[in-house]
Amino acid sequence: MSVKIVFKHKLATRWMHWVNFPVLTIMIWSGMLIYWANDIYEVKIGNTVLVKFFPEWFYKSLHIPYRLSEGMAFHFVFMWLFMINGLLYVSYTIISGEWRYLLPNKHVFKESWQVILHDLHIRKQAPDQLKYNAAQRLAYTMIIFMGLGSLLTGFAIYKPVQIQWLTNICGGYEAARLEHFLLTVGYVLFFLIHIIQVILAGWNNFRAMIAGFEVIKGDSQSKKI
Amino acid sequence: MQEIQVDNAGAKKYKRKSLIAFLIFFIMIGAGWAGWKWLVTQPLDNGIKGGIPKPLRKVLDINEEVYSGLYSTKHLIKEYPKSAAAKKARVNGNLGLDEETFDASQWKLQIVKSSGDTLFLTLDDIKKLNKIDVVFNFKCIEGWSQITWWSGVRFSDLIKKYGLEKESAMKFVGMKTPDEEYYVGIDMPSILQPQTILCYELNGKPLPMNQGYPLRLIIPVKYGVKHLKRIGTIDFSNTRPPDYWAEKGYDYYTGL
Repeated sequence: MSVKIVFKHKLATRWMHWVNFPVLTIMIWSGMLIYWANDIYEVKIGNTVLVKFFPEWFYKSLHIPYRLSEGMAFHFVFMWLFMINGLLYVSYTIISGEWRYLLPNKHVFKESWQVILHDLHIRKQAPDQLKYNAAQRLAYTMIIFMGLGSLLTGFAIYKPVQIQWLTNICGGYEAARLEHFLLTVGYVLFFLIHIIQVILAGWNNFRAMIAGFEVIKGDSQSKKI
Repeated sequence: MQEIQVDNAGAKKYKRKSLIAFLIFFIMIGAGWAGWKWLVTQPLDNGIKGGIPKPLRKVLDINEEVYSGLYSTKHLIKEYPKSAAAKKARVNGNLGLDEETFDASQWKLQIVKSSGDTLFLTLDDIKKLNKIDVVFNFKCIEGWSQITWWSGVRFSDLIKKYGLEKESAMKFVGMKTPDEEYYVGIDMPSILQPQTILCYELNGKPLPMNQGYPLRLIIPVKYGVKHLKRIGTIDFSNTRPPDYWAEKGYDYYTGL
């Protein structure tokens, strides 16, 4: 029996991926400590509040109330790690040529749709792919731009006088704060889908994010579900 | 993607590689967790509840170095027409504004000079200086903001008028309420910014008691926590003057 080893993720990619996880967690957590002090966002239809960011039970269960100073301190310390890790990732992706696997190509929308249909068991055949399928290309490229967005809107709120031009681009101070918040909601949604997909993709895929390679048994091509 | 075919021995080798990778992964999780535990159990910067671990304070002070490098007195905050200003300015906090102990008729602004002499100024003395309006988006450290209209005299004009050049060559200004309950420390470049005013009017009328009658600080390049209400004493120093909220774990600089 022969075994095929497929080298999927580079060491640098794996490191930056896993460093980002706790750093982003700390950024979101400390961001909530800050947000609590002026928690004005909610989704309303007419006078009915559909979603309130955030309900009291949520704050209490995470020990969020009255920790603004702590939140700011953690946020403005770990922002450096978030920024450095992000810049390293982007530079690495460009220099190593990995961007070829990541950037959406011209078929990306059609193929993403096919991927979604396939994932929902409506379509039998998944479209051909290299390292990432079209939906992944879209998602992983978008998340990098979201990271850049968080960085820029973050600075727009943090230094609205000294970097006023940036605050203006964001549409003003209040707008920048809302955008910064919405991007974070986007990360949480990304994370939820990401986790589901990782579980569905199975062990080999997960191992590749830690060890770097997939192990495929048998001579024939791997059967992908 | 690069791929290779391996035999049984090769497969074993990659199994081992995989194991080692997971081992390193778990060790790194452990190390990360230990690092976090270390950080959050470091002594607080002030030893009291509400403080922040010392390493965080250190980074905040480094941030100050970075961002004070961005700072320029020429970076003006956007000003609005008076009609854009809120009719009712939000009141947040009454520290240092005890009405029982405060006698407005006795109030004088005290400026402690480097010689040790104290300059006493009445509100009328201050009003003799050129009056300017500042209509800007006031930003609270809590995260809200409000466009408000304030009037008063430039701090930098006061420096010129009373010959305080020697004092303004120092690094910091300290301000305290008359009862010394509330106090702030501000870096000199920020206080000399042309929109920083000693303010005696809100919306064209004398400051209300709860907004710091008779005289308060308006410093648009800082969060509201630095806009001390009811100034009693002003002094100058080369080391950081005490700052009420910095002692409670907030960033000292809080520059916008």
